[in-house]
Amino acid sequence: MGVSPSSGLRGWTRGVAPLALAVAVLSVLQLGLNAWDSYADGQAALGAEVFRPDFLVYLSSLVAVNVVLTVSLNIVNGMTGQFSIGHAGFMAVGAYIAGKLSFEVKELAISGLPHAVSDQVLFTLSLLAGGAAAALCGFLVGLPSLRLKGDYLAIVTLGFGEIIRVVVQNTPALGAALGISGIPQHSSLFMVWLWVFITVLAARRIANSSHGRSLWAIREDEVAAEAMGVNTTGYKVRSFVVSSFFAGIAGGLFAHFVPIINPGSFTFVKSMEVVVMVVAGGLGSTTGAILAAVMLTLLPEGLRSLFLAVGGGDASLAQKVDQVRMPVYGVLLVVLMLVRPQGLFGTKEIWDVLPKWLPRLPRAPNSPPARGKEAA
Amino acid sequence: MSGHPVLGSRPARPPQLEVSELHVSYGAIKALRGLSLKVGKGEVVALIGANGAGKTSTLRAVSGMLRPAAGKILLDGQEVTGLKANELVPRGMAHAPEGRGIFPNLTTQENLELGAYLRRDRQGIGRDAEACFKLFPVMAERRRQLAGTLSGGEQQMLSISRALMSRPKLLLLDEPSLGLAPQVVKAIFRTLKEVNQREVSILLVEQNAHLALSLAHYGYVLETGEVVMEGSGGELLASPEVRKAYLGE
Repeated sequence: MGVSPSSGLRGWTRGVAPLALAVAVLSVLQLGLNAWDSYADGQAALGAEVFRPDFLVYLSSLVAVNVVLTVSLNIVNGMTGQFSIGHAGFMAVGAYIAGKLSFEVKELAISGLPHAVSDQVLFTLSLLAGGAAAALCGFLVGLPSLRLKGDYLAIVTLGFGEIIRVVVQNTPALGAALGISGIPQHSSLFMVWLWVFITVLAARRIANSSHGRSLWAIREDEVAAEAMGVNTTGYKVRSFVVSSFFAGIAGGLFAHFVPIINPGSFTFVKSMEVVVMVVAGGLGSTTGAILAAVMLTLLPEGLRSLFLAVGGGDASLAQKVDQVRMPVYGVLLVVLMLVRPQGLFGTKEIWDVLPKWLPRLPRAPNSPPARGKEAA
Repeated sequence: MSGHPVLGSRPARPPQLEVSELHVSYGAIKALRGLSLKVGKGEVVALIGANGAGKTSTLRAVSGMLRPAAGKILLDGQEVTGLKANELVPRGMAHAPEGRGIFPNLTTQENLELGAYLRRDRQGIGRDAEACFKLFPVMAERRRQLAGTLSGGEQQMLSISRALMSRPKLLLLDEPSLGLAPQVVKAIFRTLKEVNQREVSILLVEQNAHLALSLAHYGYVLETGEVVMEGSGGELLASPEVRKAYLGE
């Protein structure tokens, strides 16, 4: 999207052009970061302390993983209207498959390639393997359970998520409850945000395709969609598979920048976190999902800094104030739901709610009319 | 045929739809128990019966939304038993479901276009949409309006029109008169007659037996999942049993 069809670009180039741009921008960022790192190393050798953005990179990776999770869950919960609350299960599949693969091949290198490049290639391959495994799980879970509706589907997906966790917890090969540590830390700012970009692009392309319209039809009225000739089960399963694939990718990315993965990272709480982000952003709104994921990931950290500042230099007071942080986070969520029950953007996208005088990209002539359930 | 009374005669027509010995269950509950019926080409057939007699289940099984437990469904002489709705629409079956099932957040026009979901001929779709607006002139005034803001009658008209957009040979209608004012119901049934004259066979489920039987060439009376009586529309209307049970006399 963004490029009007009259400019003569074929469908697929409309995806490739922004992708190329994203790669360029992210490369510059990553190279800058690397340069800063080596500069800091140099300074450290001279005995000087220089600010290192390690924590910021970590935080931004966390944000990225949550964005990928939220945007992908939004394909199922938002666009198709099927309430799945087992996203952490698919994330766990991706994390463990990709993590374990990387762990096993970390001594290997592809001959003829520089070390760093070979690492990234292997990393990408294990990511894709993790995504594929999660997609397969999505297919296996989705095929029988997507015949169910509403609460029933929610319970089945919840059950699946817990099954995965319990299986992992009792598999010695996967580190059981201790988890896997020592997965090579191949993840980089470039990689995580590239995947964010790919996920968002995929989600938007789906939303604007006839595939996406079928999903919307199912969400609005399943019986009517079926009567119209939409293969409802097929489309539901496909959306579930796509969503699970990206959840697996998110898990794989996650496994490559945290020091350890264990079953505790993929509990029901994680699934709920993602559902909360999707709902807060507005069911069906991709940009809403992005914004909500960014905000709700940063909010607890932001509140921490805020409360530390309020506490002043007094460490014990700061700690006491810090304990209020999570309740405040909860209260903010409640307020959000009271003020905007349809989420930040409802079913709209950000460009539909921006003031009209802002310059905007030309819109494809048949992009879906944004209308909301605002009144509902 | 089986042991139920058959009233009046039925002119022979080539069959559009043939259902034989259809069984449908919801878990342990049997909704249909060996139901058989026929719809000829160009015929209007009404299914009447009390609540829970299995009228809607019959329609849903025929249109592929329910999987029959046993029985046979032939469409145009080809067996279609167990096919799903999305496979039946291209074979010429359209279902206007109970409760209309329109998309409230789309305009009237967009709802119509959705009816042509499986068609690829843009111009034909446009022509057919115009034809629908001619059929129901009230809807033409509402063309750009969100379908959720239409009146109940207009929504029903939209639902029927949308079903017609897939160019069906057989139209399944579930309670088109439900919750509508008598005037509107009359208008809709007049139009159904017009639709039928364009060689569209109609299988109609109605609670309003009088209305349904006066339109239908042939009718079936359902009770607890079985046909208990069948006959031409006029004969059924005149029969004392039907008058007593369904017309409140």
